[in-house]
Amino acid sequence: MSFLVLVPTKRVPDTDGVIRVTPDELDVDTSHLSFVINPFDAIAVEEALRLRERREDVEVVVVGIGGEAYEDELRTALAMGADRAIRVDAAEPLDPWNVACILSELARRLEPRLVLMGKQAVDDDSAQTGQFLAARLGWPQATFASRIDDSDHGAEVARETDHGIETLSVTWPAVITADLRLNEPRYASLPGILAARGKPIEEMSLEELGIEIEPRVELVGLQQVSSQRTGQQLETVTELLECLRENTELF
Amino acid sequence: MHVLVLAEHDGDRLRAGTTAALGFARRLANGDGDRVTCLVLGDSVATVADDAAAFCPVLLGSHADLAEPLADRWAEVTAGVVRSESVDILLGASSTFSRDILGRAGGLLGGAMASDVTGFLRDGDRLVWQRPMYAGAVTASVVLHGSPLIITVRPTAAEPPERNSSPAAITPINFDVERLPTSTGHLGLDGRPSHRPDVTEARVVVSGGRGLKTTEDFERLVGGLADRFEGATGSSRALVDAGLTPNDLQVGQTGKVVAPELYIAVGISGAVQHLAGMKNSRVIVAINSDPHAPIFEVADYGIVGDLYDIVPEMIQHLDAD
Repeated sequence: MSFLVLVPTKRVPDTDGVIRVTPDELDVDTSHLSFVINPFDAIAVEEALRLRERREDVEVVVVGIGGEAYEDELRTALAMGADRAIRVDAAEPLDPWNVACILSELARRLEPRLVLMGKQAVDDDSAQTGQFLAARLGWPQATFASRIDDSDHGAEVARETDHGIETLSVTWPAVITADLRLNEPRYASLPGILAARGKPIEEMSLEELGIEIEPRVELVGLQQVSSQRTGQQLETVTELLECLRENTELF
Repeated sequence: MHVLVLAEHDGDRLRAGTTAALGFARRLANGDGDRVTCLVLGDSVATVADDAAAFCPVLLGSHADLAEPLADRWAEVTAGVVRSESVDILLGASSTFSRDILGRAGGLLGGAMASDVTGFLRDGDRLVWQRPMYAGAVTASVVLHGSPLIITVRPTAAEPPERNSSPAAITPINFDVERLPTSTGHLGLDGRPSHRPDVTEARVVVSGGRGLKTTEDFERLVGGLADRFEGATGSSRALVDAGLTPNDLQVGQTGKVVAPELYIAVGISGAVQHLAGMKNSRVIVAINSDPHAPIFEVADYGIVGDLYDIVPEMIQHLDAD
């Protein structure tokens, strides 16, 4: 049996794009935005590919949940080197709970040894899905991974915490979520892009998976945040310290 | 309404984020019959329980198998308490600790969860939670469906409550040690002893970015300036990636979020992801050689120039006072 690594990905606006709220304040205006694989998920794809380079029996399956537009991003993951892709057809956006329900059903069917995914998506910044999934499956979790040393039975994972780097051991099957410093994702090569054209993207419906969406998070409003301040340019350190003396209670 | 706060602690006392979460809990549970309870887990953590009992009644789960905050074990015990104590809202401070453990508890409890909450409104019977999205570019208002609710709250969103003069009750909880998951193990924590406060707890934060060339420069200039204010040091992602600063100093969308009285950004250009972590600071100072650096747009005061000249001059002036 191969060592299957399932890599769930999310399609998100490019982080260089300017986020503007629609006039009805219920959505983000995506008309001018380009989309990418969530950067943390791209790191997870890369780590799965490195795992395959270290071990012989690894198969890397990427998953996307969304409409047909998602196939571009899945094709990118295939061009990076993933073996195959699955698109679960669903209307976006889904909240982390419903994503975790879909993923746990996929995990039951595909029986991966490892689910490797980004620690958070940079659109809603929830950072919940990996933990929800691990809980639902009853698998060990290692979140915010910055190093993974795998063995036949499991892995030692270094994780980035608020108080330093913690090292955990987990046994397979496990859920690991990727932090920034786990690796730098490769770019798709030209041969990779050509090869990706021949790789399958399997489509699945929620009905086939037996999933009914039950929303947990209802968005009732969005507000644009301006963080601009009327900054004062100062010439000297003396001026700066005077301003701080007058406007803070620190002196 | 019963609000349960999961305590994050250092083995001795509650961390500041948890006391802020207790303040937030009290604002939520302010009606007749509403109550706030603090859940303290760990091994030999009686002093932590005493600390928490100054604020509210405490449930204490103390056992060798809970010595390290392993998510699978702690979430299992926490979810058990939520069920047996009829908890309506499970709350924690936004931190890697809560994201890990409360996230997993949320998965055991039905997934009605909001992360990094900065405030709430009452709309009839329902609660509307405010939370940042897109690296803080927008604030979302969300309503959660299901019960219990699981919330992580930004420590900057609430003040710690007053300590009561007489401590509240500390009650041990029952849980079946034999049933705790065992497929995760703790191998170590590479923490750095530091004489400085944590970046999330300090009144003054001095942060360094790409303008700093070496670890020694960071310590001498950013550290030196922070010490003049008894403040904390922070870092941009660039310096952590370059190995010049440890990860736990990183301020930003994926690092720590701070809102001190004074934030001094030294040699930081101001990527959106960094601004997400500090733009709510009360007073922001930017020092950068590039007059077009975006950090100046969120700063109250800016000096364009070489940080290697400006920071030593600041330290010199502060020492002369």
